[in-house]
Parts: sequence; structure tokens; C-alpha cells
Amino acid sequence: MSTSKRSNRFLGWTLALVATVAAALVVSSVSVAEETKAPAGKIVCDGSTTVGPIAKAFADYFMKQTGVNVTVGESGSGNGAKSLINGTCDIGNMSRFMKETEFKAAVEKGVMPVATVIAMDGVCLIVHPSNPIKALTTDQVKGIYTGKIKKWSEIGGPDADIVIISRDTNSGTYETFAEKVLKEEKIASGVEYVTSNGAIRARVQNTPAAVGYVGLAFTTDGVKALEINGVMPTKRTIATGKYPVARPLFMFTNGYPKLGSPLHEFVTLYLTKKGQDIIDSVGFVPVTNYE
Amino acid sequence: MTAFGQTSGKISIRRQGGSLVLGQRADRLRHAVALLGRLILLAIASSSALAVLFIFYFIIRDAIPFFHDNGLREFFTSTHWYPSNAAAPEFGALAIFYGTGMVTVGAIVVAVPLGVAAAVCLSDVLPFSVRQWVKPTVEILAAIPSVVYGFFALVVFAPLLQDKGGQALSVATWLLFGPLAALAILVVADVSCGRLRERFRNPARAAVMILLTLAALAGLWKLSAALAAIHISSGTNALNASIILGVMALPTIVSVSEDALTAAGRELREGSYALGATRAETILSVIIPAASSGIMAAVILGIMRAIGETMVVLMASGNAAQIPQPWYNFLSPVRTMTATIVSDMGEADQTTGSSRYHVLFAMALCLLVVSFLANLASEWVVRRTVAKISAVRGTGGGDAASRPQGFMRRVWSWIGG
Repeated sequence: MSTSKRSNRFLGWTLALVATVAAALVVSSVSVAEETKAPAGKIVCDGSTTVGPIAKAFADYFMKQTGVNVTVGESGSGNGAKSLINGTCDIGNMSRFMKETEFKAAVEKGVMPVATVIAMDGVCLIVHPSNPIKALTTDQVKGIYTGKIKKWSEIGGPDADIVIISRDTNSGTYETFAEKVLKEEKIASGVEYVTSNGAIRARVQNTPAAVGYVGLAFTTDGVKALEINGVMPTKRTIATGKYPVARPLFMFTNGYPKLGSPLHEFVTLYLTKKGQDIIDSVGFVPVTNYE
Repeated sequence: MTAFGQTSGKISIRRQGGSLVLGQRADRLRHAVALLGRLILLAIASSSALAVLFIFYFIIRDAIPFFHDNGLREFFTSTHWYPSNAAAPEFGALAIFYGTGMVTVGAIVVAVPLGVAAAVCLSDVLPFSVRQWVKPTVEILAAIPSVVYGFFALVVFAPLLQDKGGQALSVATWLLFGPLAALAILVVADVSCGRLRERFRNPARAAVMILLTLAALAGLWKLSAALAAIHISSGTNALNASIILGVMALPTIVSVSEDALTAAGRELREGSYALGATRAETILSVIIPAASSGIMAAVILGIMRAIGETMVVLMASGNAAQIPQPWYNFLSPVRTMTATIVSDMGEADQTTGSSRYHVLFAMALCLLVVSFLANLASEWVVRRTVAKISAVRGTGGGDAASRPQGFMRRVWSWIGG
């Protein structure tokens, strides 16, 4: 008798608890729905995972400044173009220029793609400071990463096996590298993969025989950047296109945004001091003339 | 004070009286509420079982298109892993399976001897007061987030292997095999001379010991000299990942096998001592065999921890999709299934529907099947142990679980109360 009574009371408490949780869920979902309605305007970005970090940092800053809600999707350059053409986004972030077919499809749907170059992406080769090698050519780098050059001594360095380090194949950095250096040849199977620029730098910092590639912002602190084809990677050489392993990053819009609109302000954020600081801080090169 | 006590007593009596003379309607209502409560609890409990089924369903659903488009042959026999190559993607996962196997075997080699020895030490050698401190300390290892292990592997352990790899290996050899050899020599000498007549026993034992010690010293010296000469060019390799994974699997192995060893019971130990066995003999030929299936289960659980671990292998193994040359070269970087899934999943949105996307689910399916089988095996082994121990003790579990009864009937009777 007493046990059944206790269990009944216990069940009563359980029911009360379940009811409370359910009520809390309902209330919270209602309040979330109200929150999303609040802001005045809305900008939707979609596309490249390379441009994504810039767009996200821009969005954080922009939302605080203006209250305009900015959402950033990272689904790859191809999807960025697709979403822009289908009208599901205001800005298509792309780490490459639009292909002919994409342009055609856009114009047929009445969308006039306009490209704005917001930053440059330069990929720098780094080695351990104790490594006597100072410069490489793109062919040598390609030879290393495709497994044809296995020892530093083959290219004038010490007698040691090269420890080759690459970004994971999903990163925009890898994409740039594959496009500009590997020319779509397959990377050797002994290459080690690392998931961030910082991790590559950490590996190269304490591995004397290592070579890796990173964004320009990661060429400091205990690693040495190499000249490629005789050009040292700097903001200036990357922005002016003298450095060979570099590419522009685009924001595509449907026509040029209406002047003074939030979209216009967002797309031209890269021209401001703050915008350039943001681009710097996420590891890319701001576009100015670097006099 | 007294008045207050009296009133509260009166109230409680009144309440009890109320429930005793419950009307039929109220009684029915109460039953209905109880039934509802039980149903809700059942739904909550079965939701976790449903989650497992759903995981299987969704992974299989997304894995099938890969096998449908590409067949089984390339995936299981080729070592060329280039899923992101737009022109000519290749999905040979053999090297990745090999990498997982290699790292797991390495982790077992590190963790099992150490873990089982530690468990024996905890259950049968150390005094109780020390054990109370040591076991929780070992279990703290399990509470450290794996990314911390990974960071340690990448920033501390990898450079150490590169700078002083050879020396570190030879020191580790001495530290690991020295005590092991000493223990083995003692036991072998003891066991091999135990049957001799008493007059010869001690001299023979001494001779065997000296001989074995010399042999072991020579062997260890040679091995450590060979290891000291090795230069490790890249510190993130199968060895690094194996050692770190082994350390991560230690708490599981120590904890579970210590439980099994303790569960072997005082009676067995006392019986063995009463028959004149030494402590070493008791441990080796009575306690460990009695707890063997529990230890097996501990080892399987440890292996699963090693197979399923992602962050550490991602950071420590080097992620090169290759079968090392030669095949046992633990100093070369390898890539595991978990690390492949996590690092190739980055742009899953972009690749949804393509083979590049589905191949990761195919790999996840393989991983899931392996860990599911290992889980079943350990469950089976543990159950066998429990049955065996209760049979030995003659205390056959009289609880509901051992009574033959249909699953659904049991659930139904529970709901009905």
C-alpha cells in the first residue's frame, strides 16, 4: 500500500516535471520566434568556405553597428553562384570567378552578377628557420607535394627526408594551392594533413625537416616563409599579383547594390579601416594599393 | 512545541485515513494517472534505443548510394584516396582501414599489459589505503578531454619524438621491458623449478635466474642500441597516436579489469592460499583465469575507445592515407577512419548527394559495424563472467532477469504495475 502510494506521488512529480519542461519549451520557442522578427533589414550570404570567415566577421561587426541581420552560409563557391542565380541569397561568396555557364544561367533568369573583390588570398610556403633553403620555384613545390622530390638534398638543402604537410582537402587554402601549384595533379600519399593554418605552423615550428603552406598571417613566429619564383610573399606582392600563389576573393551581387542601402554598405565594408583590420585578422590580404 | 507536534501528527493521520477510504472514482483516476506516468517513462526510456536504430537507419541510407554507384571493389581494395579531386576522384579506403587497425593494435600493445598489470596491482598487491588513492587518480585520465590529449601529442610529444626520438624509445624500452623481464624471470624460474626435488630446487632456480637475466640484459641492450640509432623525421605518426590512445584507453581497462579481479572473490583467494599457493601463483593461476572474461571485456572496451577516438588521431597520427613502408613501420604517418570522416566532412553541404559525400557514410557504416560487433562481444563476455561467477559461488541470481520470460510480456507487466 505505502509503496504504491509513494510511486503514485513520484509519478505525480514526474508528470509535473514533464509539464514544466514542455511549457518552458513552448515559451522559449515563442520568444525565439519574436526575436527573429525584430531587425529592420536582412542580408543573406552563401557560398565559399574561404570567403566565409571574412563574411562572418563582417556580419558580426555589421549587425552590432546597424542592427541589420546578416546570415552567412558556407556551402562552397558553386552553391554560392547557384543561390545567387535562384535568388535565395543577396551575396554569393566565391573564391573563384563565375563560370561561363553560371553567367549564362544568371542572365537568363534576369540576374546580373556583379563581382566585388573584397580581399586577396595568398598561400605562403613555410619551413623551419634552421632550414637553409630560402627560395623555391612552383615546379619544385609541385615536385615536393606530388612525391617526386623526397629529400631536401635534391633541391640544395640538408640530407633529410622532407616532411610534407598540407591543409585538409576541404579548405580554401588547399583549393588555392591545388589550383595554382599542383595544377590538379594528385598529391602524394605520404603527405600529412592538418586541419588549420595554426596547426600547420605549430608542426613546422618544431619539425626541422617540414614544409607547409599557410595564409600570409601565419608566416610569423618561428617559421620562415619562402620566396616563390623569386618573389617574397608580402601584402604588397600578393595584392599586386606579383606573388604567384594568390587569388582574389569575390562577393557577387545581383547588379551593383543600391547606393546607401545596407547591402551596399556591407559589400563596401572592405574599403573601411575596420573592414581591412577584420580581413587582416582572419588571415587574408586587404585590397589597397600599398604605396 | 508539543502542541505543534500534536497538530502535525493529527494531520498526517487524517491524510492516511483519507487514502484508505478512497472512492471508486478517485481510485480509477489514480490508476489512470499512474498508467500515463509509466507510459511516459517508457517512451523516454525507449527513445534512447530508438536513437540507436535511427543512427543505423540514416547512416545506411546515406551509405548505400556510394556502394550503388561505385561498387565494393575500389573502396575495399585500393589505397588511392582522392575523394576531392574533381576530375578523377578515387575512393580507395584500404590504407585508411589499415591505419585504423595499426593505431588500434599499437594502442592495445601499450594499454593492455600496462592496464592489466595495474589492475592486478590494485586488486591484489597494493594495500587498501593506497588503492583508494590510486584508482580515482587513474580514472581522472578518463576525464581529460581528448582535445587536450591531442594538443599534448601535437605540441609536446611530437617534437620530443623528433628531437630525442631514438633515446626516448630506448629509455622507454628499458622502463617497460626491464620490470617485465624481471617479473617474467622470477615467474619462469619459480614455475620451472617448482617440480624439482627440494634439494635441487634452490640452486637450480638461481642458475635459471642468472641465465635468463643475462639473456634478457643482452637482448634489451641490443634492442635499445638499435632503437637509439633511429631518427624520427616526423613526430606525428602511428607511434605517437598509439601511445596517446593507449594512455586514453588505460582508465577503462584498469577500472573494468580491476572490478573483474575483485569480483573473483575472497573465497577463491583464501582457498588458493589454504592449498599452499604463493601470492604469485594465486594471482597467475587462480585469480586471473577466474577474471579472464572480465579482463577480456575490459580490453574490448579499451579497443573500442581507441577505434572510436577522433580528435587525438586527427592531431597525432599525421593523416597520410598510405600503408607504411615497410608494413610495420610505426614511425610513418597514417590516417584513420574517424579522422578521415571529420576532416573530409567540412564542405558536406557543397557535396551533398555526390560520391564524395556518401563515401564518408560508407566509412561511418564500417566503423559502426566494427564497434557494434565489439560492443556485442564485450556484452556477451561480461554476461558469461557473471553467470560463471554466480555458478561458482552457488548463488544463482534469483532476480527477474534470469527468469525465462518474453521481453514484451515483461514490458507489459511493468506497465500494468
